[in-house]
Amino acid sequence: MDLELRELYQQVILDHNKSPRNFRVMDNPTQEADGYNPLCGDTLHIYLHVVADIIKDVSFQGSGCAISKASASLMTSMIKGKTVEEVEKLFGNFHALVTGKLGDDPDLSELGKLGVFAGVQEFPVRVKCASLAWHTMKSALKKETTKVTTE
Amino acid sequence: MSSKEIISVIPNSTLYDVEKIRNDFPILQTKVHGKQLIYLDNAATSQKPISVIKKTQEYYSSMNSNIHRGVHALSQVSTEAYESARIKVKSFINALGKNEIIFTRGTTESINLVTQSYGRANFQEGDEVIISQMEHHSNIVPWQMICEEKGAKLKVIPINDEGEIIFEEFEKLITHKTKFISVVYVSNSLGTVNPVKNIIDLAHQNNIPVLLDAAQAVHHTPIDVQELDCDFLVFSGHKMYGPTGIGILYGKINLLESMPPFQGGGDMIETVTFERTTYNELPYKFEAGTPNIAGAIGLGEAIDYISQVGLENIALHEKYLLDYATEAVADIPGLKIIGTAKEKVSVLSFVLDDVHPHDIGTFLDFEGVAIRTGHHCTQPVMDRYNIPATSRASFAMYNTKEEINTLVNGLRKIIEVFG
Repeated sequence: MDLELRELYQQVILDHNKSPRNFRVMDNPTQEADGYNPLCGDTLHIYLHVVADIIKDVSFQGSGCAISKASASLMTSMIKGKTVEEVEKLFGNFHALVTGKLGDDPDLSELGKLGVFAGVQEFPVRVKCASLAWHTMKSALKKETTKVTTE
Repeated sequence: MSSKEIISVIPNSTLYDVEKIRNDFPILQTKVHGKQLIYLDNAATSQKPISVIKKTQEYYSSMNSNIHRGVHALSQVSTEAYESARIKVKSFINALGKNEIIFTRGTTESINLVTQSYGRANFQEGDEVIISQMEHHSNIVPWQMICEEKGAKLKVIPINDEGEIIFEEFEKLITHKTKFISVVYVSNSLGTVNPVKNIIDLAHQNNIPVLLDAAQAVHHTPIDVQELDCDFLVFSGHKMYGPTGIGILYGKINLLESMPPFQGGGDMIETVTFERTTYNELPYKFEAGTPNIAGAIGLGEAIDYISQVGLENIALHEKYLLDYATEAVADIPGLKIIGTAKEKVSVLSFVLDDVHPHDIGTFLDFEGVAIRTGHHCTQPVMDRYNIPATSRASFAMYNTKEEINTLVNGLRKIIEVFG
């Protein structure tokens, strides 16, 4: 496989695509939101259970490409237990990573497992796939009722 | 069987050398990610032969001048070239007269011209318009807009699992309120060729005009508008080996005569005063402003190219490619073809278990293979099959069996990675 392609589809991403974590309906969400990528028809529903500004639980449903599914799966694993402020900071870092704004030799320590998405920056059309879950989660946090789109 | 052997099934009188044709398309020499480009996204737009590229260049380097009314030499040259392109289009679809050929920006603008001019002048509250479930968004949204404006109702002919119009359902939809039927000749996302002659005949028995969206048909099958007896026919230049930004609206002369102008401006007028303006005769009444002159001339050249190769030959070659590809993907585990109509053009739309079309598209791109992934501007078709998107390979006159082999091998590699 081509190197650039291998960077995009890392084993962790393929694994999360195949067996997504927290892929379930939540019975008692405090917030939820729909996300939609009109480019490819991907739809995503994010459920949040937030208590005293802490993400107690998060899950998702929907369909999408490997990048968007793995991104949603990894996001849910990463943000559980974090405060809203920490999550917003993490999103900022993640967005900078996939849009190539962290430079050539980025410090990935704060991003943890999310570092596997570094390859996305070489594929500008796929940035939306990687960030759909995050935008939708942010909209759920704000309790926005309108559907999020990546356009 | 090599791609050259394909030719052996075609009679000698219509010999077709695919390598010779490929040499006419400079872009096919392009490399993508270090691999030879394999262009299988022809339903989105086709590549252009060198004759079309050269003609467009020639227009700008030796003919460029605004058409009509100019008394100087260049204006006459460009006017003649533009109008001779119109005559080529007229002959290509066998229209009765050149006044029935309107140059537009493309299929989308042609449909909007009909909805905004014919629809606005003729539709009333309670009227009904019929389209099909397999329409491109460009043959849905303009009708929705005019129906909403007029208080008319849009009715939709359903399709079966194979992707064919259910004709009995169509018959049931026609009522005394039906004022217009607009259907696609060939589906861009399924490849289905619709029984347009039967649709037109039934519509005319009920005195209902019919528009055919032939954007995916004109370069695959010979069209005779007089034989079909369609009232309007629309298509784009860029899908038939011509330039982008140029398209055609064919309309029966009596209908076009009765319709008010679509846009106002220069060239579409006869006389203008602040009190009253009278409109120019057909086809100029519908061509306000300076048109895409180079585009029209390029489209004329594309028609010449298609005629040289022969539409029947192209159709035979593409049918071979479609049959070959359909068979080649049949034993790929988890692959399902979307659109299995009996009458199809060379469009192969499919889904693969557990692999999203976008991932397929990205992987194939690294093999040099360009396909389209997504809803193909036919979201209602995706909803019909309960899928978000498909992968679509669409073949043109210059594609080969070897290219399809690369596509199939690529798909097998993808399954290995995602399996």
